[in-house]
Amino acid sequence: MVDTTLSNAPPNIIEALRVRLERTFKSYLFRSIVQALFTVWLVLTVTFVLIRMMPGNPVDILVDRLVSEQGLTREEALAQAAAMFSVNFNAPIHEQYFQYLGNLLRGDLGISISSTNTPVIEIIARFLPWTLFSVGLGLLISFVLGLLIGMAMAYWRNSIFDVAVSTIASFLSSIPNYLLPIILIYLIGVQWKLLPVARMRGTYDPKLTPGFTPEFIASVMLYAILPVLTYVLSQIGHWALSMKNSTLSVLGEEYVNAAHARGLPQRRILVAYVGRNASLPLFTQLALSIGSVVGGAIIIELFFMYQGIGIRLFEAIGARDYPLMQGIFLMITLSTVLANLLADLLYSQLDPRVRLGESK
Amino acid sequence: MTTVTPSLSRPRRLLFPRSDGIWRAIRRHPSGVIGLFGVTFFLLMAFIGPLIVPLPKVNVQVRNQPPSFAHILGTDNQGKDIAAQIVHGSRPVIVVAVLTGVITTAIAITLGSLAAFFGGLFDRVVNSAANFVLTIPYLVAMTVLASFIRLNSPVTQAIILSLWSWPTLMRTVRAQVLSLREREYVEAAVALNLGTPHIIFREILPNMASYIAISMILAMTSAIYAQIALITLGLVPLSDLNWGRMIFLARTTGAIYLSETVWFILAPVMAIALFQWSLVTLARSIEDVFNPRLRSGA
Repeated sequence: MVDTTLSNAPPNIIEALRVRLERTFKSYLFRSIVQALFTVWLVLTVTFVLIRMMPGNPVDILVDRLVSEQGLTREEALAQAAAMFSVNFNAPIHEQYFQYLGNLLRGDLGISISSTNTPVIEIIARFLPWTLFSVGLGLLISFVLGLLIGMAMAYWRNSIFDVAVSTIASFLSSIPNYLLPIILIYLIGVQWKLLPVARMRGTYDPKLTPGFTPEFIASVMLYAILPVLTYVLSQIGHWALSMKNSTLSVLGEEYVNAAHARGLPQRRILVAYVGRNASLPLFTQLALSIGSVVGGAIIIELFFMYQGIGIRLFEAIGARDYPLMQGIFLMITLSTVLANLLADLLYSQLDPRVRLGESK
Repeated sequence: MTTVTPSLSRPRRLLFPRSDGIWRAIRRHPSGVIGLFGVTFFLLMAFIGPLIVPLPKVNVQVRNQPPSFAHILGTDNQGKDIAAQIVHGSRPVIVVAVLTGVITTAIAITLGSLAAFFGGLFDRVVNSAANFVLTIPYLVAMTVLASFIRLNSPVTQAIILSLWSWPTLMRTVRAQVLSLREREYVEAAVALNLGTPHIIFREILPNMASYIAISMILAMTSAIYAQIALITLGLVPLSDLNWGRMIFLARTTGAIYLSETVWFILAPVMAIALFQWSLVTLARSIEDVFNPRLRSGA
């Protein structure tokens, strides 16, 4: 070890620093973070170019809207549109790009074009939580239930329970998740009339004011039932089948036999020996699927008119709202990259057999 | 000097053992038979069905009919027969799915095996490209691309979809090749200096054949997923009659909310679900039958 106390001569301190720095640069975590940052920048740049290659531009669309909705002449509309934006969309693309990067470093995502004068960050802050809430809840429920069902399937393998659940799970996971809303709306709203689906548009009853009142929370839950149910149904089969396979492989391990031989109670073997080890690889998958949350929510939110970030993204694309699109893409990229990073780190934390730095 | 033949140490091909062996194996897996039957049914429907079933015609006298003998799946809001639309709408979906499956698999195998074999810079470039593609959300990229590339032709659609779906398969191919490379028969081939193409195509890939077949089927299912998503969102304008278009029209006319129009939207949904399920079941059975060894959690 290099001594770093103050009484030492400066060369030693520099040497210690150099060693410390070198170790940091070579560490797995540091390299992962640098790579993650690079990925974010790369995706940011590519999407920046891509969305500007789309036909039509936001100013034309806004001018058309002003002309048709407010009865302005074309010149008035153009002047008003120009006054609304701090960004000149006719500037060369590289100028716009550097301006965007500069603003981004100061934490400024720009101002939305379609919802006039609203900062992009405000729109994201308002709608993203609803998406995270509904998708997160769905993911959590399906993960926990899936683990339990999967373990049960592995224990009673080849029983009627196993066969029936396997069949249902494989059928459920082969329906594209965005088509489940159709079936749910039909069964729950039209056929059984359990919920007034046609009126449930949004994230809570518009007559209520947000707050921690029982009515408001009940309304939030009611409006989220269908989206959450969709996420649960589309994921649960996957979790159950993965857990079953994982449990089956753990059940054959010698330490499980040894635990039986030692006469440990069945419950303890189930929880501490089989369950914990079998669920390990699934936690990584869980972290990874958190990343795909926002991208997958578009159509599901559209079917239920659930006012989350997915709907905003769809509208932003339609209106060619560059700043809003770019902001939401950035959120999606960040969440994917962070989830990947988390999955990497989580796995080595949960499973000491996997050592970091060994993966290529 | 030709006494040593590499085939001595090469294991038997696993994809095509004797054909009665295949049949017996499939019979032991009844769900595989159902899957195969389902896939065959949909293929026949897509390629022969349109020759038999006439194109559905608008007939306002019989709008929104429930299923009956004349219209086995009922009629839509213009009085067109839904079953006939399902038949005529199947070909575009299936053609794009098959094309995408083939292209995706081709890209993934080429890049994956070369990356594993050469390693070094090429490996790193391929892996970063894969990471990059995986980071851009699938649907989002499609949405943007669909707005400035004419996606009406099945080939363009398939190419665009493949560009976004090769990375996962590439990674697994790469991992498989890396592990197969260490086998003795490959080492023997390397020692004999048989050349990279020979080693990859004659020694390594045949041993992954069943795995590749499964991956291709699974690539087809994700192609259907993405393709129908794009059309359901209305992002592929002016597309011909297909299942996704039916869902799009049914959604925009509010057909889900009324019980008399529900057949219009449920029929394509069920067709997609059944076709996907047949494909997945078939893939699982192939996996069970041919190569339990290659089944990995990756």
